[in-house]
Amino acid sequence: MNITEYIKDNVLYLDGGMGTLLQSAGLKPGEYPERWNISHRETVKQIHADYFSAGSNVVCTNTFGANLLKFEANELEEIIKAAVENVRQAKEKSSGNQEKFIALDIGPLGKLLKPYGDFDFEEAVETFAYTVRLGEKYGADLILIETMNDSYETKAALLAAKENSSLPVFVSNAYGEDGCLMTGASPEAMVALLEGMGADAIGLNCSLGPDQLSGVAEKLLASASVPVIFKPNAGLPRSENGKTVFDVSPEAFAKSIKKLMERGVRIAGGCCGTTPEYIRCLVNETKGIKTVEITQKNKTVVSSYAKCVEFGSAPVLIGERINPTGKKRFKQALVENDIDYILKEGISQQESGVHILDVNVGIPDINEPEMLKKTVCALQAVTELPLQIDTSDPTAMENALRRYNGKAMINSVNGKKESMEAVFPLAKKYGGVIVALTLDENGIPETASGRVEIAKKILKTAEKYGISKKDIVFDTLAMAVSAQSDAAKVTLEALKRIKNELGCHTSLGVSNISFGLPGRATVNSTFFACALENGLSAAIMNPYSADMMKTYYSYNALHGFDNNFEEYIAFAESLTETSVVSEKKAQVNDGEKGTELQNSIIKGLKEQAAVLTKELLSCGEPLEIVKNEIIPALDVVGKGFEEKKVYLPQLLMSAEAAKYAFEEIKSFMSASKQEGISKCSIVIATVKGDIHDIGKNIVKLLLENYGFKVSDLGKDVPAEDIVNEVKRLNAPIAALSALMTTTVPAMEDTIKLLRKQAPWCKAVVGGAVLNQEYADKIGADKYAKDAMETVRYAEKISEV
Amino acid sequence: MSVCLIKEYTGIPFDRDEILRYAGCRSQSEEISALAEECIKEAENVFSYKVCYSVYPINIKENKVQFPFAQVNSAYLAKKLEGCNGAVVFGATVGLGIDRLIAKYGVLSPAKAVIFQALGAERIESLCNTFNKEIKEKYKNVKPRMSPGYGDIPLKLQRDIFSVLDCPRKIGLMLNESMLMSPSKSVTAIIGISGDEFFEYN
Repeated sequence: MNITEYIKDNVLYLDGGMGTLLQSAGLKPGEYPERWNISHRETVKQIHADYFSAGSNVVCTNTFGANLLKFEANELEEIIKAAVENVRQAKEKSSGNQEKFIALDIGPLGKLLKPYGDFDFEEAVETFAYTVRLGEKYGADLILIETMNDSYETKAALLAAKENSSLPVFVSNAYGEDGCLMTGASPEAMVALLEGMGADAIGLNCSLGPDQLSGVAEKLLASASVPVIFKPNAGLPRSENGKTVFDVSPEAFAKSIKKLMERGVRIAGGCCGTTPEYIRCLVNETKGIKTVEITQKNKTVVSSYAKCVEFGSAPVLIGERINPTGKKRFKQALVENDIDYILKEGISQQESGVHILDVNVGIPDINEPEMLKKTVCALQAVTELPLQIDTSDPTAMENALRRYNGKAMINSVNGKKESMEAVFPLAKKYGGVIVALTLDENGIPETASGRVEIAKKILKTAEKYGISKKDIVFDTLAMAVSAQSDAAKVTLEALKRIKNELGCHTSLGVSNISFGLPGRATVNSTFFACALENGLSAAIMNPYSADMMKTYYSYNALHGFDNNFEEYIAFAESLTETSVVSEKKAQVNDGEKGTELQNSIIKGLKEQAAVLTKELLSCGEPLEIVKNEIIPALDVVGKGFEEKKVYLPQLLMSAEAAKYAFEEIKSFMSASKQEGISKCSIVIATVKGDIHDIGKNIVKLLLENYGFKVSDLGKDVPAEDIVNEVKRLNAPIAALSALMTTTVPAMEDTIKLLRKQAPWCKAVVGGAVLNQEYADKIGADKYAKDAMETVRYAEKISEV
Repeated sequence: MSVCLIKEYTGIPFDRDEILRYAGCRSQSEEISALAEECIKEAENVFSYKVCYSVYPINIKENKVQFPFAQVNSAYLAKKLEGCNGAVVFGATVGLGIDRLIAKYGVLSPAKAVIFQALGAERIESLCNTFNKEIKEKYKNVKPRMSPGYGDIPLKLQRDIFSVLDCPRKIGLMLNESMLMSPSKSVTAIIGISGDEFFEYN
């Protein structure tokens, strides 16, 4: 029988620990257990057979670390072939007439993926894929991905399994004492991600004993619509006479698991410290247990590597600000490859209270698929909010969804055949909650009924792709009420009907409604309130609009979504605070603002520096302000630093305050189409293999302060990319950073390539391990011991 | 003897002077202290202090130290472990949370990023010190801890330590291609045990 069939009506018993048993059979510390599949065949086979005889339905191959990072391709193939064969023979020779299956066991790679590690996502997918293909080739019945403590690596493994085999895939994660994965994901977030991608069973294993993990299991049971796996350790290990002992006995273990089976756990076994005896006890204890039906939870959930957002109770706010439409400064950032600007926009929306960030980077003349992928990855390094990927380019959409860590929102599909054919397969493969616009080949229907009909058509088509309605959120399209007086009414009517008749969640881009009217914020927030009252689940909106936020917080307070009005009260208090601050600032006299700005930069007061600059701009020339105020202030601090009177954090606080001032000046000049104030271009990067970027960021900040146009390529950057950027900008200087001795050779390679392809360019190097001697050895033009020295050098070069 | 155990800690007190020292401040200004307090408050709950360790017999001959899982060619280590019969080998980490804060503030505010960086350095040192104190209480005659990369101790010893302690599985600590650890605020080290206590407990 097929395992997915079997599991529909039965409990499935897995096996128990392998590592501890191999150690007692003589496996030495540090020796690879996978090699024992060949060198100690009989021992391995016997352990497998003991598990089958104890009652296991599924026995895992001894392939936890069988991957290309540990073994050469030839040896790996031999190992996997032998491993599957060992379980097959154990299956035959063991007693017990239960259904028996062979699971290809896949454990983590032991490397952390980017951005916090150095291993590339696609490399991880390819590494897992190799093992998967061999497992299927040699006859495994299913794939068990287990002990994963990082959601991103779990995704890579599941993707590899899905792309390279047709076997059922079970996925099990290792949760810590805090109930989350090491990299932060909650059980609910993992369910969203894994179900979205089509895992056949989801669960937990390792780390702790059954009782300590029961809370995680309960959470999985409450959110998963597929069978839940429970495979804990035999409690916690301790040392007794030089031997590892675990603190939960086979009997206690079986009793604890039985309780969870009664709550709905379908697949159970043991991990570290468990033996065939544990499985025998478990099977006996739960003999004839009545299975709990697995129900569809129908939750509309999006997730990130840490957080879940569920639709259906309090309204969901989706920040709309990461979007170049109508924003000159944002377009400029995209053209200049200034990712930091976009990231700041994301973080500041998060601080304003949104739950999801819409991400749109589409402008003509940029490579949108590349830019979108890059932006999504960079955003996920700095914010835990789930993202809504917003693009009409299917390649860009796939790029972003593939790399996304979690279950994203997909913006958008519509009733056109072409759109559905492009978007639904991506949603099916990568998971996602899709925003569906109620328009089709014939445009946007003028009536509510017309829009509801399109919604029905979209649902029907989605079903053909295996996408259920919980993963579709309808946008009934807010149109300018100034152009058509019943526009708002039609949108609201369609919204209400879709919610009530089709039982689907809804979302609206609220601000379109007021297009062409004065005082738009008032109209928007009132329309937002109307839509919420008609059942709106989510809004794509501007969180900086106080009117919108007022509506949001009062609506939640009125509808009982806000416990003890805590959020409302905090919000209301923050409104009063803001007005007090602006009063205080207003007291400064015009004549003093100049010195005041210098002081605020020297003291590192960011907000104050921005406000004062803005005020100065209303009556002065931007370049004069830079020359007479900002640069003198920076010089005071810079000199202090060079004389060791000012320390690094103080220097940086001032530099940041100056940057706030510069940002005001940049916006002002961009709005009034004035020429920039940049000196020459400088390309800056942390070299290949190195993932430290704090020093590089410091240098970048100071270079920008002093008027250089800095192209920041980030960290772990290959030599070719650095040289290509130098060539593109004809940059006279490349600033390279490395923190580790092991990555200094990459720095040397970069300099060599520069000499060959961009001989005009000076290479300035810095970083913790570097010194003058090292710098000379690798052929750098300049060793800069700190950020100020880089600035001084750049000034010298740019004057020549 | 080669039982690998895990320890988790909570509430290790912050050493503010150390944090500022790591941040490169030899004296304190009001603004910097305020910034440091702000950072401590924001980071307080992101740490997850974990140690995995095991005790091994060792054998020292000339410039070589023999562990059951590796032979280390290092005159420095051999000298520092002189008179030891065994050693505690451990991996320690304060978790990924601080890396996320450093990355976030690398974008938002490098000044804060520098403080978070310093804070992370102080945290992992404090964690190691706390663990070392316990080891000293148990084994009495112990040597100062030493890590791969100190003196002539080869960096590639990292691989052996990771493999024998199974750091990724035990405490979520990974080793990158360049021998760098993730989470970044982590340490692997060796503490020599001299005298009879080693035999007494093992």
